Amino acid sequence: MYRYDEYDQHIVDERVAQYADQTARYLAGELGEDEFRPLRLQNGLYIQRHAPMLRIAVPYGNLRAEQLRMFAHIARTYDHGYGHFTTRQNLQYNWPKLEDVPEILRLLASVQMHAIQTSGNCIRNVTSDPFAGVAADELIDPRPWCEIVRQWSTFHPEFAYLPRKFKIAVNGAAEDRAAIQIHDIGLDLRRDAGGNVGFRVLVGGGLGRTPILGEEVASFVPWQQILNYCEAVLRVYNLHGRRDNAYKARIKILVKALGVEEFARQVEAEFVHLKDGPSTLTQAEIDRVAGRFTDPELAPLPPDEDYRARLADDKGFANWARRNVRGHQLSGYASVVLSLKKPGIAPGDITAEQFDAVADLCERHAQGEVRVLHEQNLAFASVREADLYDLWQQLRTLGLATPNIGLLTDIISCPGGDFCSLANAKSIPIALAIQDRFDDLDYLHDIGELELNISGCMNACGHHHVGHIGVLGVDKSGEEWYQVTIGGAQGENASLGKVIGPSFAAAEMPDVVESLIRSYVDNRNEGESFVDTVRRLGIEPFKTRVYAERASRQEERKTAHA
Amino acid sequence: MPEIIKNGQVHADEWTVLRLAADEDAAGAGLPAGRVIVPLAVWLARREALLPLAEAGVLGVWLAGSDDPAALAGDLPRLQLIAVDFPKFVDGRGYSIAALLRSRYGYGGELRAIGEVLRDQFFYMKRCGFDSMQPPAGRYTHAQLEAALASLRTFSEPYQGAVDVAEPLFRRRPHPAPAKEKA
Ligand code: HEM
Ligand code: SF4
Repeated sequence: MYRYDEYDQHIVDERVAQYADQTARYLAGELGEDEFRPLRLQNGLYIQRHAPMLRIAVPYGNLRAEQLRMFAHIARTYDHGYGHFTTRQNLQYNWPKLEDVPEILRLLASVQMHAIQTSGNCIRNVTSDPFAGVAADELIDPRPWCEIVRQWSTFHPEFAYLPRKFKIAVNGAAEDRAAIQIHDIGLDLRRDAGGNVGFRVLVGGGLGRTPILGEEVASFVPWQQILNYCEAVLRVYNLHGRRDNAYKARIKILVKALGVEEFARQVEAEFVHLKDGPSTLTQAEIDRVAGRFTDPELAPLPPDEDYRARLADDKGFANWARRNVRGHQLSGYASVVLSLKKPGIAPGDITAEQFDAVADLCERHAQGEVRVLHEQNLAFASVREADLYDLWQQLRTLGLATPNIGLLTDIISCPGGDFCSLANAKSIPIALAIQDRFDDLDYLHDIGELELNISGCMNACGHHHVGHIGVLGVDKSGEEWYQVTIGGAQGENASLGKVIGPSFAAAEMPDVVESLIRSYVDNRNEGESFVDTVRRLGIEPFKTRVYAERASRQEERKTAHA
Repeated sequence: MPEIIKNGQVHADEWTVLRLAADEDAAGAGLPAGRVIVPLAVWLARREALLPLAEAGVLGVWLAGSDDPAALAGDLPRLQLIAVDFPKFVDGRGYSIAALLRSRYGYGGELRAIGEVLRDQFFYMKRCGFDSMQPPAGRYTHAQLEAALASLRTFSEPYQGAVDVAEPLFRRRPHPAPAKEKA
């Protein structure tokens, strides 16, 4: 992964000094509460339910062993012994003290990490495909481009006080694992007919209270011009985005209000002036950045016979391999997903001990590198097939080998009411109750690919709109209720789910999910996934079944009490 | 006399910023005595009468976040001071307006940030082409303003190009790209 040069390190060190000074001035009363808020937010620090919440940037989801060990150390020293991976590929701590943050940032800087722009109304951490560089379906490696965008957006003086948060994602594979349609800017790397590299640019995607999928504003921007083009988009947004209402301030609202053609025209008018300017990228710069990704050169290996034999005679191993092991560009290698969705554990949570153990494992089996998935799991990008059995056994003892990747219990969930002060309802207990209900692995495998996403309020941190099943916490006269959507999807065929009807009490949620699953199992065609069945049949049969079974449960309860 | 930051130093300042009340008419508003920075609306309504004052260096114009700097494009050679208002310090339109004035329209006179201007914004303001910053009256003591000068130099080598240094870091680097490191 990318290694800092002296300039990168210097910028991060100067940030540590700047933020330490700002914190000191705040604590001395020289900076007011309102003045300090945007400054600390641009450093990932929220004031939350229990304590400040600190969000640390994991640029495009890439981590190294020494960084994992630092996460462990910070978790032990400044938190309650764990951290939480988010749908933005970042790491959050829920308990640090405001006074300790400068020291935490100093520690992070010592391992080339920071919390810059992980929050606030600025350009946020760039996200990407967690399998960048190794995915079998990759067309162009997005990582150098992510790093170039990261550097350009870091402390960009013109765009640090935007109307609202701004998120950029880059995809370079056939399948879109970066969810570019739900980002403010989605960059899709591609080649034109002549083989030249460039970007299809989507703008105006985002979830939150007004979920919208991004639309194409340019079908091909040559790579040399991509920063100029992004600059044009941001400038139009900075000048014309709404600032009167925080709920209408995202770029998606501007794109909708103007219409995508008019928006694209304004961007084009701005771009004319920026094109070929000083920010035009050079081949030397691309090569320089790509050269700082210190990937080891892996040589292809023959397919491992032992691995295949183990698969045949160890059902547990085979189950895990089927769900948690993915194909690789090189023969003889695989990518491995570490499940942070063990039943009974909040989705995305990881302990200090696990951090340290994962650091050891990635050094032994995965070139010292780890990837973060927006599904709140981790991955080793390149593992030799011959190592898989051994790795599986070690992951099992760590509780990181739950064979449920892509299945119903691989739930994506925001922290909800247990931690977040904006929540309408809890999320984690709902996730745990559903995991508990679906504890039969064979049944889970039979249900197949199913994404279930939970958010504790309409801010949609759990991406509920794009879950095959989406659960949204709502407040009804001070009580916690849950609204259910189905038919959402992420990726290249992204869609927003549809609400099936009136909301449910927390205790009903496992039953509701079970009704949805039974309805699917009864209606599916051979080999058809849940979301495809919903797409084919519409939401009606699901809805009917869910509310009919709910009514009969209520009836039963009445009779039982009579 | 109020103090501002100008060209990297603390200065006493004699300019008055004219702000119209909501019901006040741009054409008829009275001008305070001395050096004055008038809103764009006043400039546009009374341009002929105000031009000599501008050219004499005793009248400047300020733009609101919603103003289009193109409205001043033709007058830039005659103006010695343009200010851009920050109604809230988190309202970032002024950065883009400054960048446009400097880079697109080639304005070379004094460019001043007014309104809710805090020291924590100085670095970005300087990068976007402001050469003077006027914090709200009374916000900082003289000593605090002197200390705040350090904020102009928070980062020594920023990544991206901007108005103050147009070339991004990748064009400024003294050394050629390092060879690919072998892990
Ligand atoms: C606990 C503190 C958190 C707070 C206060 C918070 C706040 C918010 C708010 C206000 C929004 C809506 C923004 C808008 O639409 O303009 C939002 C969106 C979002 N947040 Fe969070 N969040 C928190 C934690 C998380 C966590 C833990 C995750 C991941 C698990 C996350 C991921 C996201 C995502 C993916 C979105 C939707 C982005 C979009 O609309 O495009 N956030 N968050
Ligand atoms: S969706 Fe709502 S409850 Fe969940 S983390 Fe985001 S803001 Fe908090």
